[in-house]
Amino acid sequence: MKVQAIALNTFREAVRDRILTSVLAFALLLIAASAILASLSIGQEGKIVKDLGLASSSLFGTFIAIFLGIGLVSKEIERRTVYTIIAKPVHRFQFLLGKYIGLVLTLLVTVGVMVLLVVGLAWAVDGHWTPGLLAAAGLDFLALMIVTAVAILFSTFSTPTLSAIFTLAIFVIGRLSGDLRWFAEQFAGPGLRRAIQVLYLILPDLSRFQIGPQVVHGLPLSTAGIVWAALYGVVYILVLLLLAIGVFQRRDFK
Amino acid sequence: MDPVIEIEGLCKDFRVGFWRRRTRVLHDLNLTVHRGEIFGYLGPNGAGKTTTLKLLTGLILPTAGSARLLGRDVTLVATKQQIGFLPETPYFYDYLTGREFLDLCGQLFGLPTPVRRDRIARLLALISLEQAADRQLRKYSKGMLQRLGLAQALINDPSLVILDEPMSGLDPLGRKAMRDIILQLKAEGRTIFFSSHILPDVEVLCDRVGILVGGRLRGVGRLDEILTAQTESVELILERVSPDLAVLLQDLAQGPLLSRPDGVLVRLPDQERADQALRAAVEAGARVVGVAPQRLTLEDHFLREVQGHTP
Repeated sequence: MKVQAIALNTFREAVRDRILTSVLAFALLLIAASAILASLSIGQEGKIVKDLGLASSSLFGTFIAIFLGIGLVSKEIERRTVYTIIAKPVHRFQFLLGKYIGLVLTLLVTVGVMVLLVVGLAWAVDGHWTPGLLAAAGLDFLALMIVTAVAILFSTFSTPTLSAIFTLAIFVIGRLSGDLRWFAEQFAGPGLRRAIQVLYLILPDLSRFQIGPQVVHGLPLSTAGIVWAALYGVVYILVLLLLAIGVFQRRDFK
Repeated sequence: MDPVIEIEGLCKDFRVGFWRRRTRVLHDLNLTVHRGEIFGYLGPNGAGKTTTLKLLTGLILPTAGSARLLGRDVTLVATKQQIGFLPETPYFYDYLTGREFLDLCGQLFGLPTPVRRDRIARLLALISLEQAADRQLRKYSKGMLQRLGLAQALINDPSLVILDEPMSGLDPLGRKAMRDIILQLKAEGRTIFFSSHILPDVEVLCDRVGILVGGRLRGVGRLDEILTAQTESVELILERVSPDLAVLLQDLAQGPLLSRPDGVLVRLPDQERADQALRAAVEAGARVVGVAPQRLTLEDHFLREVQGHTP
């Protein structure tokens, strides 16, 4: 109940912030504009709407996850709002979990609205609906949850600016980490290959969650691949949250 | 008497600067506060008052020593069930309304909905914020936030209330209201531990005070013991002082006399000399306009403690 109370209030705080509303409005506008762009192409309308739509919702989702996530804990400490909460009979892990769940809920609503628009537009253009879009959006949402967990981990011990840089870096590396592994196998010497492999194991492999291109081009999806990616995502998030709790548990609020 | 706060050998180090050097900000603090007391925790800026309060509320962890509140260790989360805490210059969530914030606080204490609703209504009345209860906190003034801070500290009907600078940010009316509420809390049998800079308020409210300087507790005592034990000096104001009398008075006062529009001011270092001076003045035909024993105020005591120990 305490986690729920904190989560709900984190959500309330976030959705009442006008910045979030304006970002969402801008994202919806961009997605809608993809329909105009699609009308310029011949025979590719559906693909363009889906491709641009998924990319926009993913991009803006990541943007929101990073910029709300980095402030989630550090802003509470900086503004000393955390004092009133931690001085109450609340375990620190409850506070952190509540904050995380609140932000995930916020993302679910904002990204949900974007994805609904994408699905609606694709349906209007194609004349039939593509269930694969939901699978793609769902997996992408797991990637967002990982990014949020990375942001919250940095946020427990670092400043918002540094957290933003680190999280953004990890996001970019994570998106490319599939290629990283491939490069290692193709070119690197044995020592470097081992190093890259270790790095690959530590850093999140966000490329696993991108099935958008297959969906857009109507290629077959591998159910096993999706299930493995989902499992990987859940485990990765749990590990990040445990780390964040470990740091937060010992932290002094100066 | 029943101890509510028991602090034993409490120390706190912070790491500061680029090299993360250890600096001790609280040295071997020992202090006991009893049930039903109003205890004033005084000290100049940076003395370690807030650090102590943060240790008591689990916001920071002690380097050494221990503290118990209501018989339970402060590091246990369950201890906080009976504690109310108002942080210094409280800052809450901008986008929540006052009522939502109090409700969140109630939920964090695990209070059921009907209890929360009743308490919130009562507390909003206590701090006179009923009108603003459904406004978002970013539209609150500093004084309103301070009052809301007090309300959230009382939401769990605590037996110990810890207040960090409760008077800061309040106008004279607000300070009066805060004083009345603190006295009312005491009348309800609660223990109040608060830090403050505003000494006249402390003088009116506190049963006992502790003075912290440079992270060390320099003195603890009952206000009446600290303040009325010594009469510092006696001031006499006399009219029609003859030159002979003036010489005698200067001798007793061990210093020059001051001429004032209403007569001559003589400051005598103790009661005995004051008696002698009075007798001599009456015998010499002078008129006594005023006699004022000068007692030590809390402010004098405070300044003496601070200046005596500043490194």
